[in-house]
Amino acid sequence: MIEQRPLTSFFSHFILICGVLLVAFPIWITFVAASHDTARMVQVPLPLLPGNHFFENLLEAFTHGVGNAKGQSVGLMLMNSLIMALMIAFGKIAISMLSAFAIVYFRFPFRMTFFWMIFITLMLPVEVRILPTFEVVANLHMLNSYWGLSIPLIASATATFMFRQTFLTVPDELLEAARIDGAGPIRFFIDILLPISRTNIAALFVIVFIYGWNQYMWPLLITTDKDMYTIVMGIKQMVEAVEEAPEWSLIMMTTLLAMLPPVVVVIGMQRLFIKGLTETEK
Amino acid sequence: MLKRVHFKPSPLPYFLVAPQLLITIVFFLWPASQAIYQSMLVEDAFGLSTEFVWFNNFIELFSDGFYLDTLYRTLFFSAAVTFISLSSALIFAALADRVIGAATTYRTLLIWPYAVAPAVAGALWMFMFDPTIGIVAYFLDLVGYDWNHRVNGSHAMLLVILASSWKQISYNFLFFFAGMQAIPKSLIEAAAIDGAGPARRFWTIIFPLISPVTFFLLVMNIVYAFFDTFGIIHAVTKGGPAKATEILIYKVYNDGFIGLDLGGSAAQSVILMIIVIGLTIVQFRYIERRVEY
Repeated sequence: MIEQRPLTSFFSHFILICGVLLVAFPIWITFVAASHDTARMVQVPLPLLPGNHFFENLLEAFTHGVGNAKGQSVGLMLMNSLIMALMIAFGKIAISMLSAFAIVYFRFPFRMTFFWMIFITLMLPVEVRILPTFEVVANLHMLNSYWGLSIPLIASATATFMFRQTFLTVPDELLEAARIDGAGPIRFFIDILLPISRTNIAALFVIVFIYGWNQYMWPLLITTDKDMYTIVMGIKQMVEAVEEAPEWSLIMMTTLLAMLPPVVVVIGMQRLFIKGLTETEK
Repeated sequence: MLKRVHFKPSPLPYFLVAPQLLITIVFFLWPASQAIYQSMLVEDAFGLSTEFVWFNNFIELFSDGFYLDTLYRTLFFSAAVTFISLSSALIFAALADRVIGAATTYRTLLIWPYAVAPAVAGALWMFMFDPTIGIVAYFLDLVGYDWNHRVNGSHAMLLVILASSWKQISYNFLFFFAGMQAIPKSLIEAAAIDGAGPARRFWTIIFPLISPVTFFLLVMNIVYAFFDTFGIIHAVTKGGPAKATEILIYKVYNDGFIGLDLGGSAAQSVILMIIVIGLTIVQFRYIERRVEY
């Protein structure tokens, strides 16, 4: 047993609590700002304790919208973000699983070529090919659409690798048994591989959902129609309008709403989140 | 790589890889090749004619003082973000690893900024430091310091560094913590019996054993600082004031979409591509030395 000195334990807790407070401070300030009325939010110094206008602001944000995005309900932006994040998550999982299945369980010409082509995507994040990718999406008439928002982001080398890794640990006897029982590839995939990969799928879902929800540059480029704004880029539009009308309480309310879904996912599904993070990133 | 047993040859696998491959070709490989091609073109002022100039765009970039400034600025920015977020995460993880019982509570309280979008993180920090009403700016004013990141370049740089590091601490913490928890307790106990104190145990046992994690995080943090901080910079400073916070990725966006400099922006994209490829290779060369979680 390692020694437990009261003083060092106290010191450890002290530093950790300072760390937690430091990490949480910006969120606390946001919450406080979201709970005061607009008039209070232009008086210096700003409050450090919450006020009682929280639900008023919530209602205002949902019914009237904020800043440059005036008339654009925050609800609609949240919905756009949700649709985009879900499309990216489901799309990524589906296509990665199918290609990993083909690469692990079949022997066919160009198998390795395909594998390396998928691998290369790892080295081509959207940021390094923005202009030409934008042109492709524009030529395909996918600007201002959910397809344009999600499809270019769903190809994934890491997800394919993760499923490949999972499938490689599935005992060969299962496949032999399935084949003796007369199961074809599709049957095997649905009845055996899908149930086996359940936790992996869930873990990946958590990570990809957050990735999709937090996209910024891509929606910024391809959405010009206010109806297609996602919440994360919507905040930017609001902050820009702050010079004319500093509606900080409403902006911070929207900010709070923008980070709520992914934060709830991370904290609520912590075990899956950690599994997903450590397994897809290596 | 391949299963010992597999299915009979059939056209099925082609259909299975088709969606992934199609998206890869249309949205990754084709645009990337276009970027490389365009990086060797020069367009005249009216966009009427283009000329193939080989590597001239690159030569021009590297003799352009603005580009080199941006490059150095990016290096400084990523070094600062990587250092701040790695070192504070390491301290938190080492302490959380020591406290018995409460470690997972601290983990829960420290990991959630991972879920906050960079642009949103930028908005939070911008609000706290707002020169007219921000709470931190107010306190700084009380102690006699005049904070204004809208006109002061160093203030702006500090602000985006802080916001970027804040967001990355949870990611680093998680990996450090997992790495430390994976170290057999018997090793630590043996050292304790031999009379090594907490600090000595950390530097002679824990730190060397998690060095693969540290290396992995080092690469990941550089990638993060180079590419994922676009949201923070775009939301908080837009690269300003007077380009004080313009990093490479922001310049590509700005020259391409705002300045409409096709060839120059494409050449910058290609340079970024080379950086990513380099980092990925470094990452994979050391992959086998990585610890198991």
